[in-house]
Amino acid sequence: MKPAPFHYAAPETEEQTLALLHAHGSEAKLLAGGQSLVPLLSMRLARPSIIIDLNRVKTLDYVREEGEEIRIGAMTRQRNAERSSLVTRRLPLLAETLPFVGHLPIRSRGTVGGSIAHADPSAELPAVLVALGGSVVLRGLEKTRVVRGEDFFVSYLTTALRLDELLTEVRVPVHDRKGTAFLEIARRHGDYALVGVAAVVTMDGNRCAQARLAFTGVGPTPVRIPEVEVLLAGAVLTDAVLADVRTLVADRIDPEDDVHATAQYRKDVAGVLAERALRAAATRAMQPAHGLADQGHHGGET
Amino acid sequence: MKRRTTRGKRPRRTHGATPHRASAARGKRTTPRLVDRKEITLRINGTTHVATVDVRTTLVDFIREQVGLTGTHVGCEHGVCGACTILFDREPVRSCLLFAVQADGAEISTVESLGTPEHLHPVQEAFRDHHGLQCGFCTPGFLMTTMALLHDRPAPSEAEIRSALSGNLCRCTGYQGIVEAVLDAAQRLRTQAHS
Repeated sequence: MKPAPFHYAAPETEEQTLALLHAHGSEAKLLAGGQSLVPLLSMRLARPSIIIDLNRVKTLDYVREEGEEIRIGAMTRQRNAERSSLVTRRLPLLAETLPFVGHLPIRSRGTVGGSIAHADPSAELPAVLVALGGSVVLRGLEKTRVVRGEDFFVSYLTTALRLDELLTEVRVPVHDRKGTAFLEIARRHGDYALVGVAAVVTMDGNRCAQARLAFTGVGPTPVRIPEVEVLLAGAVLTDAVLADVRTLVADRIDPEDDVHATAQYRKDVAGVLAERALRAAATRAMQPAHGLADQGHHGGET
Repeated sequence: MKRRTTRGKRPRRTHGATPHRASAARGKRTTPRLVDRKEITLRINGTTHVATVDVRTTLVDFIREQVGLTGTHVGCEHGVCGACTILFDREPVRSCLLFAVQADGAEISTVESLGTPEHLHPVQEAFRDHHGLQCGFCTPGFLMTTMALLHDRPAPSEAEIRSALSGNLCRCTGYQGIVEAVLDAAQRLRTQAHS
C-alpha cells in the first residue's frame, strides 16, 4: 500500500516554498505533519505528482504574543502548541481542544496550520478558530493576505487558499478573560468528532453579554447559528433558555447520515453539547480567575 | 505480495558518526530540485545509517526492509492502528505516516532499543507480568508509546494512560492488562530511578 510515485522537494525557506508552488502549483501538494495527507497517498486516494515537504522550513515553527493575539507558526506541532505556556495561559479554549485533535502520536507530528489548511469538516481546530474570530495569514509570491477563519473555510476540504499560496500563520485572539469550553462526542478519544462544539461566552454579571458557538461535524465547514447567538445575547442562562438553545440548535443544523451516526443523532447531540458547553463556559467566565473584579462590573448591572 | 524497495545501495553502518543535514550547505536562494531518490543519514538506536531511499518509501518500510529491524510492526499502514509507533527525535510518531526521506538527520528509537530477551526493559517486564500482550503484534507500538508517556509523565493516572494509549489498537487483551502493565511499569521505573 505504498503511495504512487511522486517527485519530492524539501525547501528550507518560505521563499523557496513559494517559488516551488509558483512553478508547480496545480500538480503539487504541501506536506506538513502528514497525518491526513500520507494516508490519502498510501491509499492512493490522492496522487499528486509533486510533494513539497514543509518540515525543513524552520521559520514556520513558533508561538508568540503580539498585542491581543497569539500568533502560531503554521508548522508548529500540535503537541508543542499543547505544551506552550502562552497557549495554556492565554488561549484556554485552544489548550482545552488540542488534546482532542488525534491521538498522542498524531499530535506529535500533526501541525496547527496543517489541520486548518486541510479543513476536514469534523476537525476541531477550524471550529475553535471560527468560535474565537481568529484568522490565518496566507502568503503568496506577490502579496500576503490575512483572512478571517469564517471566510477561510469554504466547503468540505476546501479553503480560500490559492494554489500558489502558503498558509504561514494562525492568529488567535487572547481570551483568558472569557469563559470557554470545547466538547465533542467521538467513537474513540482522538478520533474525529461525530459532533463537537466550541463555546465562547462573555458574562455581564449573571447575564450572558455575548456568546459564540461553532460546531464541527455537522456541515461542510464550521457552523455558527446566528439565531442562537441572538437568543443568548443579554439572556440569563436559565434552564428554560438553555432548553430553547438546545431545540434551536437541533432545528437549524443540517448534518448528514453516515456509517457512524444518523443525522438525527447528530442533531440531538449537537443540542445537548451546546447546552453543556454554554453552562461550562458561563461558569468559567464567572470564576474569579477570569478577572471579574478588575473588570469592575461585578453585581453592578441591572 | 513482496513490496518493492530500493535495494540499490546497502546502508553502510558507520558507528559514532554525527548525522548531518545533507542539504544544509546548499544555497538558500536557489529553488530546491525535485528528486525521486535521496541519500539520508540518520541514527537508529544509537547507530548511524547512511542510505539512499526512494522518496515514497515510508519510514517503517525503510526501518524494516532496508535496515533490517523488524521489531517495528506494520499494521494498517494508514495511521490508525499504532503498531508502527517509534520515537522520532524523542516524540512518539507513527512510522507509516512519515517518509524515510523526512528522517534525514533524525534520531530514532525502535522497540529494539529497549531490552533483550535475556534482559527485558522494566516496561517489557511489566507487560509480560500483567498479560499486557497475547499475540504480540501491537506490542512494539504500545511499548514505544508507553516510553514516551512515562518520559513526560512518570506517574500517570489510569485516565492519562488510557488517553495516551488511545491511538494504539489491541485485539487480544481488552486493554485491561496493558493499563495495569503501564501503571506497574511507571512504579518500576520510579523505583529504579530512586535506587
